[in-house]
Amino acid sequence: MRILVCVKRVPAPGAKILVTEDGQDVDAAHLGFTTSPHEECALEEAVQIAEREGGEVTVLTLGEAAAEEQLRYAASVGAHNAVLIPTDGEPWDPQRTARAISQAITDLEAADGAFDLILFGNESADSGGFQVGVRCAYALGRPIVNGIKGIEFADGVASARREIDGGYEVYEVPLPAVFGVKEGINLPRYPTMKGRLASKKVEVASMELQADSGGLARVRLHRPEEQVSETVILGTGADAAGAVCDLLEELGVL
Amino acid sequence: MSEFPTRANVVVIGAGIVGNCLVGHLAELGWTDMVLLDKGPLPNPGGSTGHASNFIFPVDHNKEMALLGVQSANQYRDMNLSVDSGGIEVARTQERMDELQRRMTSAKAWGVEAQLLTPTEVKELVPFINEEVILGGFYCPSVSVVDSLETGTVMRKLAIEKTGLQVFANTEVLDLETTDAPNGATKISAVVTDKGTIEAEYVVIACGVWANKVAMMAGATIPLVPAVHQMADVGPMDVLAETNNEIGYPIVRDMDTFCYERQSAGSMEVGSYAHRPILHHPDEIPSNEEAALSPTEMPFTPDDFDDQMEQAIELMDMLGDAEIKYAINGLLSLTPDAMPCLGETTEVRNLWSAAAVWVKEGPGMAQVVAEWMTYGYPRVIDAHGADIARFYAAERGDDHIWARAEEHFNKTYGIVHPAEQWEGRRDLVKSPLYEREVALGAYFFQARVWERPQWYESNADLVERYGLSEREVEWDNRWWSPIIDAEHLNMRENVGMVDLSAFQIFELSGPGAIQFAEYLAVNKVDKPVGSSTYTPWLTPDGGFHSDLTMLRTGEDTVRIVTGAFDGGRDEFWIKKYLPEDESVTFANLTMSTCTIGLWGPKAPAVLGALTDIDLSQEGSKYGSLVNAEIAGIPCTLFRISYVGDTGWEIYTGWDNGVALWDALAEAGADHGIRPVGIGVYGGTGRMEKGYRLMGAELESEYNPVEAGLARPKVKAADFIGKEAYLAAREAGPAATACTFTVDDLTDSQGRQRYMQGGNEPILTLDGERIEDSHGRVSRVTSAAMGPSVGSYLLLGYLPTELAEVGAKFQVMYMNELFPITVAATSGSAFDPDDTRLKS
Repeated sequence: MRILVCVKRVPAPGAKILVTEDGQDVDAAHLGFTTSPHEECALEEAVQIAEREGGEVTVLTLGEAAAEEQLRYAASVGAHNAVLIPTDGEPWDPQRTARAISQAITDLEAADGAFDLILFGNESADSGGFQVGVRCAYALGRPIVNGIKGIEFADGVASARREIDGGYEVYEVPLPAVFGVKEGINLPRYPTMKGRLASKKVEVASMELQADSGGLARVRLHRPEEQVSETVILGTGADAAGAVCDLLEELGVL
Repeated sequence: MSEFPTRANVVVIGAGIVGNCLVGHLAELGWTDMVLLDKGPLPNPGGSTGHASNFIFPVDHNKEMALLGVQSANQYRDMNLSVDSGGIEVARTQERMDELQRRMTSAKAWGVEAQLLTPTEVKELVPFINEEVILGGFYCPSVSVVDSLETGTVMRKLAIEKTGLQVFANTEVLDLETTDAPNGATKISAVVTDKGTIEAEYVVIACGVWANKVAMMAGATIPLVPAVHQMADVGPMDVLAETNNEIGYPIVRDMDTFCYERQSAGSMEVGSYAHRPILHHPDEIPSNEEAALSPTEMPFTPDDFDDQMEQAIELMDMLGDAEIKYAINGLLSLTPDAMPCLGETTEVRNLWSAAAVWVKEGPGMAQVVAEWMTYGYPRVIDAHGADIARFYAAERGDDHIWARAEEHFNKTYGIVHPAEQWEGRRDLVKSPLYEREVALGAYFFQARVWERPQWYESNADLVERYGLSEREVEWDNRWWSPIIDAEHLNMRENVGMVDLSAFQIFELSGPGAIQFAEYLAVNKVDKPVGSSTYTPWLTPDGGFHSDLTMLRTGEDTVRIVTGAFDGGRDEFWIKKYLPEDESVTFANLTMSTCTIGLWGPKAPAVLGALTDIDLSQEGSKYGSLVNAEIAGIPCTLFRISYVGDTGWEIYTGWDNGVALWDALAEAGADHGIRPVGIGVYGGTGRMEKGYRLMGAELESEYNPVEAGLARPKVKAADFIGKEAYLAAREAGPAATACTFTVDDLTDSQGRQRYMQGGNEPILTLDGERIEDSHGRVSRVTSAAMGPSVGSYLLLGYLPTELAEVGAKFQVMYMNELFPITVAATSGSAFDPDDTRLKS
C-alpha cells in the first residue's frame, strides 16, 4: 500500500505564543517547532498501516527550508520517503497550498504510481483552516472523510470511523481515498535513537511548485486578551470547612 | 502569604538549589529578616536546578570543587535526599586510562573510595555496557544521585521555621537600586520587583543563568554565560524498569565521548558536553510563560546531538531501540575560567554573588557564601579560586566570557593538564617589554590576563651547556621545557633578568594611609621610609587572604606589590576595608610601572656598571628601597629576592621599561646575563628557597604559624585577624609547611616521572593518607625541579608532629608511589643561611 501523509511545521505548543510587532507573523525567538498533533497521529496511523499491510509511507510538507526538520522527524518514526515543497517563508493561503500539494501529488503519482491512501490532519495546529485536505481531495477527484479516529481495510475498501455525539459513524470508502485524521486515533510513538540516525539518511526530495493564491489573506495576527482566572483560597485544613459548605450551598450542590 | 515587605535585612534573588540552600545556611548562622524571591513558581521556578541530572561525582583534581562536591554530597545525604548509585568513568583510549590513574590519585588525596576496573568488571556492574569499546573504568561507589528540588524545599522551610523567612514566588526583579558610599563606592539599597520595592541591607544574586543580567541592574558584573548542555531521556527499557528504582545501576561517564548515561527510573538520561558550544544571551531565555517546558529547557537541536547518539548506542546497544521521550537544550552557567562566582561583588558593597554553581556543589557553595557573609571569609574551605574578585576588568565583558566559555565547554570531561594554557583571548595585557620578549622567543603563559614569559627559546643553547634534557613522559613534558632549569642554573652561576611587570602595584596615600596599612598587614609596616615589609594579610579568622610586599615609599604613602593572580582579590580587599573617613586614597599603579628583577652573583656587577650609587649591603641593604638612576633612567631599587640569589626588583615608569631592559642586557652581556622566565621565578628558584606561594601553600585554611611565616614578635597595632593570629601562636601549629625531595623518580615501568604540584597526596610509608588534627590532608601544593640542589622538590604540609627533617614519606603520582624525604621545615633546601642573598 502506498500512503502519503501531509504535515505542517507549526510552533510547539505549551508556550505563550508571541506575535511580531507588525502582526504578520509569530515571534519564533523562543519557540521550538513541531508537527501539528493531528498530523502526528496521521503519520503514526500510516506507519502502523504500512507495518501491518505492507507498503511504504511518504511524508510531504509545504514550507520554508526549516520544515525539513519535520520531515526528518517523520522519517525517524517510520516514513520512508520525504518531499518538501519549498516556499519563500511567506504564509500561503489554503487554496494556494492545496493547489501546490495537489500538483505535487499528481507529479509524484505520475512518477511512482498512485497513492492508495492520502492522510491529512483534521486541521493544522496554527491556522486551523480545515481546508487543505478537502481542497486536495476535490482537486484529485477522490473521496474524503474528516474527523477520522479509526481506519481499517478489506478488499480494497477502507472503513473509516469518526465520533459523533453518543457513538460513531463508519464510512466505507473505495481506494484511493483521502482522510482527515484526528488526534486520539492512536498514540504516536517517539523516535528511537536508531530511528533518528536512520532519518538522516533519508533523501528529502524538493519539488519547486508555484500556485495561484486564493482569496484568503492575512491582515494581522493578534493575541487575544488573556483569560485571567481568579483563585480564592477559602482557608486551609479543617478551618476551611465552613466556607466550603457555604460555597457548595451557594452553588446549589448541597 | 504575608504582605509584600518594604524592608528586609537580606534579599536573596533566586530559589534554585543555591538560593534555597543559602537561606537555610544563613538561618542556621543566625541571620534573620530575610526575603527569598524568584520570578518563577515554586518548587521549580524554571532555572537550571529544575532540569539538572542531579548526580555528584566526588572526584575532581581541583581542591575547591572536590571538597565542596563531597561537602555538598554529604549535605544531601544528611537530608536523606540522596542515593549512592556509584558511578564509573569509562575510558576508550590509552590517554584516558592514564587520566584515570590521575583520578585515582586525586581520589586518594580527597579520601574518596575508588578503584580501577577492567572492562569485564565494568560489565559486571553495568551488564548492558559493550565492554569491547572500553579499556577500563574508574569506579567510585560514593557517586550519588540527589533530589535537588526537594533539598531546596527543605532548606527553604528550615529558614522559614527558624527565622520567619518570607518567600515570594512569581516575583520578578525589575531593578536594583544603589546609594553612594564612602570612598566613591556604591552600596546596594533596594530591590525593585513587580510586586513592590524592598529596601535591603544585603542582596544576594543566586539566580544562575540570569545572574549577570540582574547584577548589571546595579552596575555590577557576575561573569557568566548561559550555555546549553544537551540531554535526552530515552526509554523505557525493561532492564532499567526491573530495578524498580530511580537509579539501580551506576552512572556511566563515557569520558572520551564527553557523554554520560544515567538511569532515571525506566529510562536512561544521555547527556552531552560534546556538542558545539551553544551560548545564549540572558535576554534570549524565554520567560516562564513563553517557554514550552521551562525557561532553561530550550528547544532541542537534534543535529547537534547525532554524533553522541551513535556513540551512546556503541556503548549501550539497547539505547538504539529506546524512544527519545524528552530532549532539551538545557541551560547551565559557564564562567571564563570554569570556576564559580562567589562573594561580594567588587562594584557594589553588600551586593553578593552566589552564581555559576551546579547542583553537584550547590549546598557546599551556599555554605561558603553564608559563612563569607557571616565571618568575613568562608570557614569550610579556602575559596580564592571561586572568589568573584579574582576577575580583572578584561575578564568581565561578554567577549571574554563567551570566548572562554566556548573554549572550555568541551573540556568539561576533558583531560586538562594542571598547567594547561588557554588558546584564545591571549595578549589581553602585554608587558612594556613584550616586543623584546617575542624577539627572544618567549614562551608565554597567561596569568589571568597578563602574558608572562615562562621561558625563552633564545636560551636553548644553555640546555646543552648544562647537560639537561627533555622529560621522558609527554605528560610531564607538557607545558614545560628544560630551558627553565637551564635559565635557573645560569642565573645561579651568572645573572638573570626577569620581567615582573605583571606585578600588581597599588598605592595607599593620605593621612590615614600608614595606619590603614598596619590594619591590613600582620607585620609592621610603619617603619622608616625606604623600608619594606613582606607580610601576610589575614582573614578575620586568621588564615591567609594575601601574601605580599608593602613598601614604605613616603611619610604618608605605602606601595603594595602583589602577584598577577591575586591583584583583583587584593585590590577588592583594600577597597572593602578603606576607612570611611576617606583619610586614605587608593591608586592602582600597575599599568604605569615596569618591574625588572635582576638576580645572580653577577647582578651587582651588572647594575654597578649602570649607576653611581653604592650597591653594597650598606648602600642598598637587603629589604631596602633606594631611588637611583640606572643608565640615566629614574628607577627605584628594591633589594629583595624570591629566587635565592642577590639582586633587585627594579621599578621604573612603563615607558622607560624597554630602555631599562636594553641597558641591563647590554651591561650584562659580558657577565653572561640571560632573560629568565617565570618558570624559574615562580618555580625552580622559589622552590629551592622554600618560599611560599599564595594560592598554593598559602590559603585561608592555614595560618602564618603553620606556614612558617610567623615573626618572633607581634606588633602592637591592630590588624585584621589579629585575635585569631594570637590564638594560633598560642596554640602552636597543627601542620607545618615542608620542603620534600623526591628520592627516586622512577616509576614501575622504569620511567622518570615528575609530579606537577596538582594536589598529589603525601602518604605514609604504609601508603596511608595523612590528615592533621583539623582534618587537612597532606598533599603537594607546589612541585618543581631544584636544579642547583640536584633534586626534584615538593612543597606541602605535614602534621607538625610528623614534620621532621629527614623523615620519610611517599608521594602518589599517577597512582604510583614514590619515596620522598623532608628536606626542610622552615628554611630552604638551597643556601639555607641565605648567604647568597646578603653577599
